[in-house]
Amino acid sequence: MRRTLPLHAVAWIVGAFILVPIVYALLGGFKSTDQLSTNPFGLPDPWVTENYTDVLGSGSFWRQLWNSTFIAVATTAIVVLLSAMAAYVFARFAFRGRELLFTVFTVGLMFPFAVAILPIFVMLRTLGLLDNPLGVILTQAAFGLPLTIIILRGFFRSIPGEIEEAATIDGCTPFGFFWRILLPMARPALATVSVLAVVGSWNTFMLPLVVFSDETAWTLPLGVQQFQGQYTSDIARVLAYLVLAMLPALGFYAVAERHLIGGLTAGATKG
Amino acid sequence: MTTLTRGPQAPAPAARARPPRRRRRPWMTITLFVLPALVLFLLLVVAPIVVALYASAFKWNGFGGLPTNFVGLDNFTRLFGTEVFRQDLWHLAVIILLSLGVQLPFSLAIAMLLHQRVRGRAVYRLVFFAPYVLSEVITGVLFSLLLSPDAGLANQILGVFGLESEWLADTGTVLPSVFLVMTWKYFGFHMMIYLAGRQNIPDELIEAARIDGATPWRVFRHVTLPLLGPTIRISVFLSVIYTIQLFDLVWILTEGGPSHASETMAVTMMEFGFGRNQVGYASAISVVMFGLSLVFALLYQRFVMRRDLEGATTSMGDHR
Repeated sequence: MRRTLPLHAVAWIVGAFILVPIVYALLGGFKSTDQLSTNPFGLPDPWVTENYTDVLGSGSFWRQLWNSTFIAVATTAIVVLLSAMAAYVFARFAFRGRELLFTVFTVGLMFPFAVAILPIFVMLRTLGLLDNPLGVILTQAAFGLPLTIIILRGFFRSIPGEIEEAATIDGCTPFGFFWRILLPMARPALATVSVLAVVGSWNTFMLPLVVFSDETAWTLPLGVQQFQGQYTSDIARVLAYLVLAMLPALGFYAVAERHLIGGLTAGATKG
Repeated sequence: MTTLTRGPQAPAPAARARPPRRRRRPWMTITLFVLPALVLFLLLVVAPIVVALYASAFKWNGFGGLPTNFVGLDNFTRLFGTEVFRQDLWHLAVIILLSLGVQLPFSLAIAMLLHQRVRGRAVYRLVFFAPYVLSEVITGVLFSLLLSPDAGLANQILGVFGLESEWLADTGTVLPSVFLVMTWKYFGFHMMIYLAGRQNIPDELIEAARIDGATPWRVFRHVTLPLLGPTIRISVFLSVIYTIQLFDLVWILTEGGPSHASETMAVTMMEFGFGRNQVGYASAISVVMFGLSLVFALLYQRFVMRRDLEGATTSMGDHR
C-alpha cells in the first residue's frame, strides 16, 4: 500500500479534474442561480428540483431526445448494413480491381468532414432535404462507411474458408451464406461498429447545425446550444439541461463500454 | 455450427445447375453487394469534395446551379493575404504542439500508471474515458459556464488564491483554455489506446530488463517506449487530423473570439460559407484543410509509419 500511495494520489487528482465539472453540473442543477454564486462548493440548500422538472416537463427536450435517437438508429442501421455487404465482397471474393475499390473507401478516412459540408449543404438544399432527418442520416452514413468497412472486412477475413465451402456444398447461395452464416457469426464485430456509429451520430453537431433550421427537427446537441443561448443568465437551469442531455450518453457508455473501447483501440494497436 | 444444418434449403435443381452459372454469378453478387455503399460514398463523400475543389476557383454565393464566375486562384491569394486565416494556421500549429507536447505525454503517463496493479484501476479507467462519450457541445457548454469570468467555478476556486483569470474572454488565455478543455475530453481516449498498446507488450521483456538491473526509468525509456512506437504514432496521427478540422468545441466555447484569437480554419470556413454566403471563398479554406490532411497523411505514412504499417488508413481497425 505504501508503494502505491503516490500512484493513488495522482489518480485521485486526475479523477477530480474529470469529475468536478460533472458533479458541479449535477449539483448545480439542484441549486438556484443565486445559490450558485453564494454557495458554489457546498451541497444545495435547499434542494431545488424545479430546474430538472421544468426541463423534463418541456416538450422540446423529449422531442430532441427522440430526434437524436431516431437519427442515431437509422444512421447505424444503414451504415452497418451497407458496410457489411461491401465488406463481405472485399473479404471473400477475389476479382480484378478489388484492392483499388477498397482503397477508394479507405482513403475516405482521411477526408475531414468539414471539407465537404458546404457542397453537401448546397446539394441537400437542391434536393429539398434541408430540415429533413434523411439529409443528416444519409450523409453521416456515407462518412461512416470507410471505418465500418475496414473493421468488418478484417473480421470477415478471419472466418475460415472451410465454413463457406461447406455451406456452398450444402447449396447455400452467396447471399444465403452472407445472411444466415456470416452475419450471425460476426455479431461481436457488428456490435462494435454499431456502438461506434451510435456514439458518432449522437454527438455530431456541425451537420445538423447547417441542415436543421426548424426547431422541431433539432437534435440534443443543437438543443443544448440553443438552451444556453436562451437562458444565459439562468446558469442553474442550463446545468440541469446539460446533465439531462448527458445521461443518455453516459448510460449508453455504461452498457456498451467494452464494445466502444474495444472498437476504438483495436485498430490503433494492431498494425 | 448449428447454423450450418439450416443451410441446405436451396432447391435441388438450382444446385445442379450451378457449375455453368458459377462463372457469371460472382459478378452479379459483387455488383449487388458493393453498389449501394459505393453509390452513397461517391454521392455524399467524393462528389462534395470534388465540388469543393471546383468551387474554390470561383466567386460563388452557392445559389443557381454550378458556379460560373471563374476567378482562378484569387480565392487562395486573398486567403493567404488575410490576417485571420494566417492566424488560423498559427492556432493550428500551437494546438498541435500543445497536444503532442503536453496532452499525449500526459495520457501516456496516466496509462503507464494505470497499467500497474493499482487497486480500483478499472474504475479510474472508466472515469477517465467517460468525457470522450460526451458530445463536444455538452463539453463546450459545460466549460463555458465553468470558465465564465464572474460566476464560473474556476474563478471561484482560484479566487481564494487571488488567481482569477478571464479565461475564454482574454486573447492571451483563450487558446490554452480551449486546449485545457480538449485535454479534459480527449486524454482518456489516448490513454485507452496506450493501455491497449501496453497490454500487447509481453511482460517478459520488461522483466528481463529489470533483472538486468535497469532502473524503472531506463526500462520505460529503452524498452517500453520503443515498443509502444506504433501505438504512439497512430495516436499522434489521429490527434493531428482531428486538430486540422477542429470546429465544434471552439464554436461552442468562443465562436473563434475574442477578436479571432481562438479561430480555426473550420470556424472561418463556416463564417464565410454560411454567415456571408461566400461559398467559393469558403471552399478555398476547405481545400486548404483537405490539402493539409492529405499531405500530412501521405508524408506521415511515408516517413513516420512506414515501419509499422503498409498504410495508416488501410490498417486502422484491420484485425488481420
